[in-house]
Amino acid sequence: MTGILLYLVFFLIVTLIYSIVVMGLNLQWGYTGLFNAGVVAFYAIGAYGTAVLMGPDRSTLIGGFGLPFPIALIGGMAAAGLGALIVGLAALRLRDDYLAIATFGIAISVQLVALNFEGLTGGAQGLIGLPRPLFSMFDSPNGFNLFYLGFVACMAALVYLALQTALGSPWGRLLKAVREDETAAASLGKNPAMVRLQAFVLGCTLMGLAGGLYVGFIGFVSPLDFLPILTFQIWAMLIVGGSGNTKGAFVGAFAVWGLWSVSGMAVSKLLPVQFQSQGGAIQTMLIGLLIVLTLLFRPRGLIGESETISRHAN
Amino acid sequence: MTVAWQASRRTGGELRIENVVRSFAAIRAVDDVSFTVKARGITGLIGPNGAGKTTLFNSVAGTLPINSGSVMLNGIRIDGLAPHRIFGHGLLRTFQIPRPFAEMTVLENVMVTPAGQAGEQFWNTWLRPGLVAREEKALRDRARAIIEFCGLTKVERQLAGAISGGQQKLVELARVLMGDPAIILLDEPGAGVNPGLLDHIVDRIAELRKQGLTFLIIEHNMDVIMSLCDHVAVMAAGRLIAQGRPSEVTADSKVIEAYLGGGVA
Repeated sequence: MTGILLYLVFFLIVTLIYSIVVMGLNLQWGYTGLFNAGVVAFYAIGAYGTAVLMGPDRSTLIGGFGLPFPIALIGGMAAAGLGALIVGLAALRLRDDYLAIATFGIAISVQLVALNFEGLTGGAQGLIGLPRPLFSMFDSPNGFNLFYLGFVACMAALVYLALQTALGSPWGRLLKAVREDETAAASLGKNPAMVRLQAFVLGCTLMGLAGGLYVGFIGFVSPLDFLPILTFQIWAMLIVGGSGNTKGAFVGAFAVWGLWSVSGMAVSKLLPVQFQSQGGAIQTMLIGLLIVLTLLFRPRGLIGESETISRHAN
Repeated sequence: MTVAWQASRRTGGELRIENVVRSFAAIRAVDDVSFTVKARGITGLIGPNGAGKTTLFNSVAGTLPINSGSVMLNGIRIDGLAPHRIFGHGLLRTFQIPRPFAEMTVLENVMVTPAGQAGEQFWNTWLRPGLVAREEKALRDRARAIIEFCGLTKVERQLAGAISGGQQKLVELARVLMGDPAIILLDEPGAGVNPGLLDHIVDRIAELRKQGLTFLIIEHNMDVIMSLCDHVAVMAAGRLIAQGRPSEVTADSKVIEAYLGGGVA
């Protein structure tokens, strides 16, 4: 029983971290129509940025500034935001699938940098032995996990409330107008390029925040944490939860990560040892099936988009 | 409770189109066109399909850059500006095929328009919520008055993508009225609209002209042109072939020839 509860704590921490990533993607796709297929890149930049800033000094590595976790977390977010600004200025004139291809290429590039720029990222070994916030105050890792669940829950709630406030306002209306029809929005005095850039940078900053929170929890970062499959999982969470609705981020993250975790356990328990390595494909197929079922029976996701945007327009 | 809406702040815009050329490769879609839209009047722009009317509209509104010539609004040169900058000078437009924000309600379609909304800066929604709420309330009341003026009150809560094409044209009109325009460019307001709704649209345009607004209208329906316009410009094959009072241009032999398929001399 205790084992299940401990796993539930771990599961909820990861779910909440992913829900923050999904909220960032929802801002970009759900509200602004930006097809970001490089989600994992900005999650990785946030994670590595936080790790480099808070990690201990090592003679063989750049960084290791030993900064307190909150400052490192803000630094990781800022790094992801800066990366998004550079990418956005170069790529946001692209539309739909072209933007997706460009951002996917950026995700691959970031992973290759993480793998090969050993002086900064530790290469394939990653950065290990990173300090976890207030870890020494707890007698056991389980106590830390419980504390961290509360911390991540507060961060997710803060992000949710900030987004709900900003999106349930003329700003949210502006994003949706650009999503619906850029030409019409421009004819009404709106600057679509600026709107797209704002949504892209803010969304990627949230992805960077989630990456930093992940590092604070695990105390370790490596390129294997940032495989392209993560982008697929995050998109699945958005589709299942329902884009254009911030609440959907939590529902989607819970459903998809839940299915992924349960199917992973089933694969490890039920499949013969020689087939275990192929088990990941079954997990991916199940997520694909969930997406198909969602699109068939609830095409707008489990929580659909509300018709009125601004809470003042009632 | 809504109050009757009236055009207010920025009425009367003189638009001078001078020697405008817009080419697509070797084709001159707009070929050295010049005419003036007088302030507080309604100018019609007519011509057979493919004459270059919508290309000229798009060029004036900044959607398409022009190759040469100039466009002046109240003495200020606006060609070469991005569409959102042209909006700032008071030129607003509708589209041949309506372009509502389909997944937004009619009310919020109209509330989008005004420039400089504090709530369009996301930080103001966190730091100055009271200001945003007050602005939104004022915008909502004004939008409702315009919606009532356009006869859309019954559908204000509906998604703009779910109403009829004619109603969508009225939504576009309501959207531009919310922007306090100096001049409105209407691209075929009567196309695909049932006769009852068309009468309503024509009535609203006439009422707005009385209030001092300026219009440039592309329209194929000659009854609409004859009943509304003070001045008509006629294009064919990219060129301006005639202009004058409606009764004059309809009697012009070049216009008749262009409409009957005789080409342009």
